[in-house]
Amino acid sequence: MTDNLYMPYLMKIEKVTYEAPGVKTFMLKFINEEDQNRFTFKAGQFGEYSVYGVGESTFCIASSPTRKGYIECTFRQTGKVTNALSGCEEGSIIGFRGPYGNTFPIDEWKGKNLLFIAGGIALPPMRCVIWNALDQRDNFKEITIIYGARTVNDLVYKHELLDWERRKDIKLVTTVDPGGESPDWKGEIGFVPTIVEKIAPSSKNSIAIVCGPPVMIKYTFPVLTKLGFQDENIYTTLENRMKCGFGKCGRCNVGKYYVCKDGPVFTLSQLKELPDEY
Amino acid sequence: MNIDKWLVRKDSLEKLFDILKQNSKTIYAPATKNGKVSFIETDSFSGITTDYIQTTQSSKEIVFPRTEKILDYTKNRDGMSVKGIDLKDIPEIILWGVRPCDAMGIDGLSAIFNWDYKDEIYNNRLSRVTVLGFSCSKSDEYCFCTSAGGGPGNNAGSDILFTQLGTDGDYLAEVLTEKGSAVVLLASGLFEKAGEIKKEQFLAEVPVRFNKEEIRKKLENSFESELWIEHSLRCLGCGACAYVCPTCACFDIQDEAHGKAGTRVRCWDSCGFSLFTLHTSGHNPRELQSQRWRQRIMHKFSYMPDRLSVYGCTGCGRCSRACPVDMNILEHLISIQEVIV
Repeated sequence: MTDNLYMPYLMKIEKVTYEAPGVKTFMLKFINEEDQNRFTFKAGQFGEYSVYGVGESTFCIASSPTRKGYIECTFRQTGKVTNALSGCEEGSIIGFRGPYGNTFPIDEWKGKNLLFIAGGIALPPMRCVIWNALDQRDNFKEITIIYGARTVNDLVYKHELLDWERRKDIKLVTTVDPGGESPDWKGEIGFVPTIVEKIAPSSKNSIAIVCGPPVMIKYTFPVLTKLGFQDENIYTTLENRMKCGFGKCGRCNVGKYYVCKDGPVFTLSQLKELPDEY
Repeated sequence: MNIDKWLVRKDSLEKLFDILKQNSKTIYAPATKNGKVSFIETDSFSGITTDYIQTTQSSKEIVFPRTEKILDYTKNRDGMSVKGIDLKDIPEIILWGVRPCDAMGIDGLSAIFNWDYKDEIYNNRLSRVTVLGFSCSKSDEYCFCTSAGGGPGNNAGSDILFTQLGTDGDYLAEVLTEKGSAVVLLASGLFEKAGEIKKEQFLAEVPVRFNKEEIRKKLENSFESELWIEHSLRCLGCGACAYVCPTCACFDIQDEAHGKAGTRVRCWDSCGFSLFTLHTSGHNPRELQSQRWRQRIMHKFSYMPDRLSVYGCTGCGRCSRACPVDMNILEHLISIQEVIV
């Protein structure tokens, strides 16, 4: 890399996977081998993905640092850049800057139960941690994943969900919002917070990681508290609009904290210290 | 480095300008264009405007241009070629006639561009700029540098600070940095050793109107204050305050495409714009103008001193002068000091 912080790595789209309506996953490989060899990141970090001539967009790295040689990102087609990304085919070249931000402290969680709670398009930031934990499965006790989407069709990583369902060392609960079920849907029906309350995972020696739309997060926290989870054992990520990703452009701050530098990973006890500006 | 004090005769100032010019320096100086005084590349001493309180725009854009290329890209048959801005191409510039409040603003910019990640584009620009500050002998009702930690003869941020010793007087030159010494060396015949000179009597009088430390303290617990709504009722969210500010550094990154090639640029932005923080989902963490105004004041007087140990305001008063609805930051700050308990 150069001294220019804004210079992206050139990445080749190796594989495009259709996940759900408007949602795709890209497997990206570094064009320059040296870049690839030098590149490292940790679970929870994010990057700036760009289509040259259109612009940059911020999202997490959805693959795990334990799987080397490529990175993956999953995004929903919503704005100008994600629409342009969505139009890119396998073999196309895009830009990537990163990794930025803090990380999930996975090493501190060794020997504990992990409870993952995700909604909709927020499974990708968590998948990085899930893969990471599964790649060192013996270091953790029970792993529970509760994942919900509006409809069956909106669930992302459908193949992986089937894999996780088959594994004996993961407890996977999938749910869809009432009315979002298909005729032969075998999972739960109900909003994520309701299902968490129903499953009632133990808070003993447990860490909860919650990612999802703001409304889901808002109603899930009290359920976890009721189940006995301490604020410092509940983790989530904040997503604010960003341009630079490294604490200069001035828009992702919540009070004096920058989501891009001090986050995106925060515990509930940290969130309670932040002003209501996210 | 100790402050080196020299005397430059009034008539020698033009010679200094010419010597710098002859040494192929690019000189930006205050000049009048369309009735406004701005920092413009200037070839002759006679083109410099001296009769002004404050340039309309600060000198910020010389180190942090309004729109600045980050990279060029070209799509070709084999893929893509991308070339970043060549830092070696950044020109050496003499910034002539900078007010102490603008020079002081460099501290704030440097803190933003260097905490944690180091922004080498900014650093390279700054390293090639020599700041020739000129003390103020006049001020207006918008000026409040003395409340912001500066002053009409404050030398922070200048490489040399010139103070005219009375109307039509000679100049005291305080040489503050290596870059300043380099200028003295180029024109050593023009710099005479100065005796004990007190410059204070020749400076503008700018009364202290508030205590910034006290404001910082009061802001700590005022996030939910009603004052933000009251203070921002008039605000149009036009962002003029940010564009004229010597320390505002918020920026956007945009692509400009021309067929198969194009550039990516970094350009000024403002926390006053509603789009600044708007999420793609439609959610906006700062959806009200009062929240955006709060961000502006908090960033400058609370977050920056907390995180970067520097305030984001130098008291230049430009935002008040530029505001189309006459919002006066000085009045707001005094009000914060008085109203918030």
